[in-house]
Amino acid sequence: MLRTMFAIATIAVGVSAVVAQQDVIKQRKDLMKENGNQAKIGAAMAKGEKPFDLEAARKMFAQFEETATKVAPLWPENSIDQPTADDPYSASPKIWENMDDFKARLVKFGTDSKAAGASIKDLDSFKAAFTNIGKNHCTGCHEKYRLKKE
Amino acid sequence: MLVAAGLLVAGLAALWALTAPATVLPSPLPERTPDLDNGRTMFDIGGCASCHATPNEDREKIDRLRLGGGLALPSPFGTFYVPNISPDTKEGIGSWREADFVSALWNGTSPAGEQLYPAFPYTSYRHMRLDDVRDLFAYLKTLPPVAGRIRGHDLGFPFSIRRLIGIWKFLFLRGAPFTSVPSQSPEWNRGAYLVNAPGHCAECHSPRNILAAIIDSERFAGGPTPDGKGWVPNITPVGLQHWSKEDIAWSVKDIASFLDDGMTPSGDFVGGAMAEVVRNTTLLSPVDRNAIATYIASLPPRQGPRPPRKK
Repeated sequence: MLRTMFAIATIAVGVSAVVAQQDVIKQRKDLMKENGNQAKIGAAMAKGEKPFDLEAARKMFAQFEETATKVAPLWPENSIDQPTADDPYSASPKIWENMDDFKARLVKFGTDSKAAGASIKDLDSFKAAFTNIGKNHCTGCHEKYRLKKE
Repeated sequence: MLVAAGLLVAGLAALWALTAPATVLPSPLPERTPDLDNGRTMFDIGGCASCHATPNEDREKIDRLRLGGGLALPSPFGTFYVPNISPDTKEGIGSWREADFVSALWNGTSPAGEQLYPAFPYTSYRHMRLDDVRDLFAYLKTLPPVAGRIRGHDLGFPFSIRRLIGIWKFLFLRGAPFTSVPSQSPEWNRGAYLVNAPGHCAECHSPRNILAAIIDSERFAGGPTPDGKGWVPNITPVGLQHWSKEDIAWSVKDIASFLDDGMTPSGDFVGGAMAEVVRNTTLLSPVDRNAIATYIASLPPRQGPRPPRKK
């Protein structure tokens, strides 16, 4: 009886670990996807395809800042994901080989986004801030820590 | 028996003549004051630093002006080790004459008269105008000398025999410096030049045949990355008008701003090898990025190879 209960408990822990793992993978992908959605809005304004809206611009930088904080704890050991039929992107093993650098970049992404949100006041200042964040944070991290499989 | 031996000698002699490296003689190069600003633009769009700068695990830490070489480029033929092209007189190109540099970029020949492997994309650089090549050389000479000769390439037989590249060149090396198309706008022509000559975009964005020459009919239609591990997208309208799952169409403005900040129209920021390209194109003038975008958007639609199925 005790053995059965022990076995069930172990299995339950194992299953919930797997579920938790799937959970963090989904959570971080969702956060990044929302980053992309916000970036699209920002880019449309920066390119003059949409009228500039200071509130929308601030919202975008706020979402970036929030992402930086929320996504930081979502990379536990053994949570390397594989590309799927729907999503060719996956986390590179380099993240876990360089966790200090990875986490440091996220912190900087957050602080720079916060500073950008506070400093922008018009289209020109927005354009400069947006390009800066894109180049210094998005591309750099993706180049090193994200894999793509076609 | 004697006839067979005679034929063999004749055959080898022909092979020797066929594979002789072509060079540019110094006499035709007229006196000229170089334009170093133009040289720097050629350096940026030429992407010299991306291969020739002393490597670092962290690409963002690379000093793109220190061209000490050493990057390892894996390929189906073995591994190439990129040479030192800093102006160091002993271990870089500091003792090269201008004509030597033109020979290298136009004909793929070294000052010692050896064939250069087309991993160095002289197949594209040969379309560069003479003055641009000369300006680029002058600019390179202003960069810091870096000591250190890089090891030779690690290639399997028979690819290790340099002379045989002469046959490859005979089969595949074509074309001359770019000439403008009068029916097209100056902006289009500038873009066509930047893309096809110094930009050498087709070298990655095209599929290659079994001897690693670009399949002309599918130029820009995508193909495997040079190391064979990834995929480079189709940038003709077949690719750019139907981008990703969302089937997005890139506008000229989208292409131009992408070359500045690496952002696709889906709000995604590119990683991989293209991030390195954007690191170079972001240094160009907005006019030049616009020109490139105008040309790319005008490419004839071409169906390329399909990427291998996901497992």
